[in-house]
Amino acid sequence: MVSYVDLHEGQQLESLTKPAVTKVQLVKYAGASGDFNPLHTDDAFAQKVGMPGVIAHGMLVMGFLSEYVMKLAGTTAVPTNFKMRFGAITVPGDQITCKALVNRMYVEDGKQFVVLDLTAEKEASHVVGSGQVVLKF
Amino acid sequence: MELAHLKGLTGAEFTFEVEKRHIRQFAEAIGDPNPLYVDEAYATTTIYGGIIAPLTFPIAIGQDSGENLDLGLDHKRMLHGEQEFIYHRPIRPGDKLHCQMKVSDVYERQGKKGPMEFLVLDTEIKDPSGELVVISRTNIIYRPLAGVAANN
Repeated sequence: MVSYVDLHEGQQLESLTKPAVTKVQLVKYAGASGDFNPLHTDDAFAQKVGMPGVIAHGMLVMGFLSEYVMKLAGTTAVPTNFKMRFGAITVPGDQITCKALVNRMYVEDGKQFVVLDLTAEKEASHVVGSGQVVLKF
Repeated sequence: MELAHLKGLTGAEFTFEVEKRHIRQFAEAIGDPNPLYVDEAYATTTIYGGIIAPLTFPIAIGQDSGENLDLGLDHKRMLHGEQEFIYHRPIRPGDKLHCQMKVSDVYERQGKKGPMEFLVLDTEIKDPSGELVVISRTNIIYRPLAGVAANN
């Protein structure tokens, strides 16, 4: 959990590495999110549309970032805005590392805010998505 | 612009009831062990005062709308480019949410292989008294027909 006084602009925060994505996880995420696009659960279908096999839901990777954000925010900061841009695909076996950089800190209406730049990376610093979250302290 | 006529198109309002079990399954699928989503005794002691849903949970609400807002577009050409959530308060188990989808913007950008069209789809999620809970904003890239044909 981070606190406002311990942060400074340009600071890189401790990262979070998730266990490798599994096919079972994609089935679970399909069920929980209601996104049953067979691209995420049916290898034969995915290959027909030119993929090596099933690919992860972009929103699952955003879910990893949300886990990371809430771990950082703990119970002292509340997210007010959270966004992500999807880049490269994630496939079963990929291990995603979530990283955050303090972009900006400011005070508005007497409240303290921190803007974090987020990235989700596969091994070897291969970015699959980037985003941003605003935390209110 | 092929999508220009869609701007402002609004779907019918629908209701989404938030279940504790759904929140737990959503967090489990992500592999997020945060007790805020499952442990009422713990969550009560925090600033949240009880169990809340994970930050990306509103995406499950949009999926539940069915073909509520028929854009008449080719799904094969649609790519989820960006996602944003604008939070007003956390979602909690037992919430009866009133939701409505709307095409809030369409625009064109020059891409490497010619013009690309984008569609911004907002799902406004409110409580029964009309107070905003969260806006889920999905940015969809509508790929040129030629690009799709080449891929297939």
